[in-house]
Amino acid sequence: MKIADTIAPPPQQELPPQAPKPSKSARHRGDRIFLGLSRGSGIALLVIMAAIAAFLTWRTANALAVNEGNFFTTFDWNANADPPVFGIAVLAFGTVVSSVIAMALAVPIAVGIALFISHYAPRRLATPLGYVIDLLAAVPSIVYGLWGALFLVPHLSGLFYWMDDYLGWTGVFDYSGGAARSLFTVGIVLAIMILPIVTNVSREVFLQVPKMHEEAALALGATRWEVIRMSVLPFGRSGVISASMLGLGRALGETMAVATVLSPSFVIKLSLLDPGGGTFAQNIAAGFNEAGDVGRDALIASGLVLFVITLVVNGGARMIIARRKEYSGANA
Amino acid sequence: MAKRIDVSGLTAYYGSHKAIEDISMTVEPRSVTAFIGPSGCGKSTFLRTLNRMHEVTPGGRVEGKVLLDDESLYGPGVDPVAVRRTIGMVFQRPNPFPTMSIYDNVAAGLRLNGAYRKSELDGVVEKSLRGANLWNEVKDRLNKPGSGLSGGQQQRLCIARAIAVEPQVLLMDEPCSALDPISTIAIEDLIGELKEQYTIVIVTHNMQQAARVSDRTAFFNLAAIGQPGKLIEIDDTERIFSNPSVQATEDYISGRFG
Repeated sequence: MKIADTIAPPPQQELPPQAPKPSKSARHRGDRIFLGLSRGSGIALLVIMAAIAAFLTWRTANALAVNEGNFFTTFDWNANADPPVFGIAVLAFGTVVSSVIAMALAVPIAVGIALFISHYAPRRLATPLGYVIDLLAAVPSIVYGLWGALFLVPHLSGLFYWMDDYLGWTGVFDYSGGAARSLFTVGIVLAIMILPIVTNVSREVFLQVPKMHEEAALALGATRWEVIRMSVLPFGRSGVISASMLGLGRALGETMAVATVLSPSFVIKLSLLDPGGGTFAQNIAAGFNEAGDVGRDALIASGLVLFVITLVVNGGARMIIARRKEYSGANA
Repeated sequence: MAKRIDVSGLTAYYGSHKAIEDISMTVEPRSVTAFIGPSGCGKSTFLRTLNRMHEVTPGGRVEGKVLLDDESLYGPGVDPVAVRRTIGMVFQRPNPFPTMSIYDNVAAGLRLNGAYRKSELDGVVEKSLRGANLWNEVKDRLNKPGSGLSGGQQQRLCIARAIAVEPQVLLMDEPCSALDPISTIAIEDLIGELKEQYTIVIVTHNMQQAARVSDRTAFFNLAAIGQPGKLIEIDDTERIFSNPSVQATEDYISGRFG
């Protein structure tokens, strides 16, 4: 005998009298319109992305067909010459290094500000501080670039000499004088630019930490810092990574500020303090106006590489977040 | 390990709102004291004043005296963090640290108190989990996240976390209200065992639970919404449920209001 047979069927319940319902089509019209809209938007996004990728690939193929140098290892960008010789080595190096410097400077400060606003500052101070950070995010990048070029560059030599004195032995912080229009300066400007977005997203995440997790730590006799270490930071970890990736995305693609600050040249230097180097976006902005057909295709090819780097970085971040999913606060 | 709590003339506020007024009572060591009363009567607020968690809420402040044996909890120079290390708390909803493993959850309080050797920690973790009747269920997965356990197991994990630091008093704020009946019985049995070592105060909405687990019962009530909650009476549980001295208590217990 099956178990199901031994269980009596539930007693039939009297259904309450049916209230008159609106006709079926009227009830579901909103659903249908919304479904159409959202499905349409989703498909449109995919189509646009595919079109961009196709365009970039097509122009890249044109450029690579005539390139006499190695696209990945050539330290030169003579795409308008005959025969054209160009490679992205310098640009890839400059883009990645300046963005990494920006992240290293900005993320710890941003997390600190976010924690201050969410857990330390009295409300009277936290709200205006939040507004100021929002305001920073709204400043156009050319303004940061001009500030960097006109104010920061002349004032950085002293710091660079100091770093040369104490850290010069690493080779990375060698400084031989001259205008401080280097990748490190670019990194500082980029750090200031991505600070607001990383701060804002982190603050939102920290504010969402459930009260009961913080009280769990408090009740064990945790100080405020220990509460943050035990419940706020672990809960906010994936959010801070996402915030950093948003910032990194902006740093990788930043154009005007880099173009204004950097003194570009097609060399890779070990020293980050000496001028020189370049980034993808800066190189495109600097060269697009004077480029011929092949030159433009070459610049678009470099843009495709930047696109791929950004994709890889984002994928990596998602993997970090997913790997510790079972420990994330989401399932609590 | 267990200590007596003496409360006299305690009033607690949320900003300008007076939540409880002029409460005095004694909680005996190695006993279970239950707080019952209608919603909003301030029993949870009162519980949270006993380990200085009330003042964590913005605007929360307290007047009056709470003595743990002879030491004042609200005396000048008393660090609320130190108070909370002596008086443990279990909350309404199980709240293990979601990012920590079962082991780390239990060890969390000890690690706050300073460095421990791994062997010492292992011992305390096992003892605490045994104390919370959870050891046999989790001993093979101590490194798995605590949030993967069932609700009842999570609550027992929280109790293990609280008793790992060997507190003087254990406060429980409706510890079974989010649990199913079987988990509830497990927790109630555990309370019966824990009272041999700890002073336990439990807030509950379930009067059968108060009757089952507690030695003494305190009935709280409020005159009207917006009025401060007050202690109506505290007596032996048997007496409260059979022959209370105040009419309001009898009305509440027999279901005539609340």
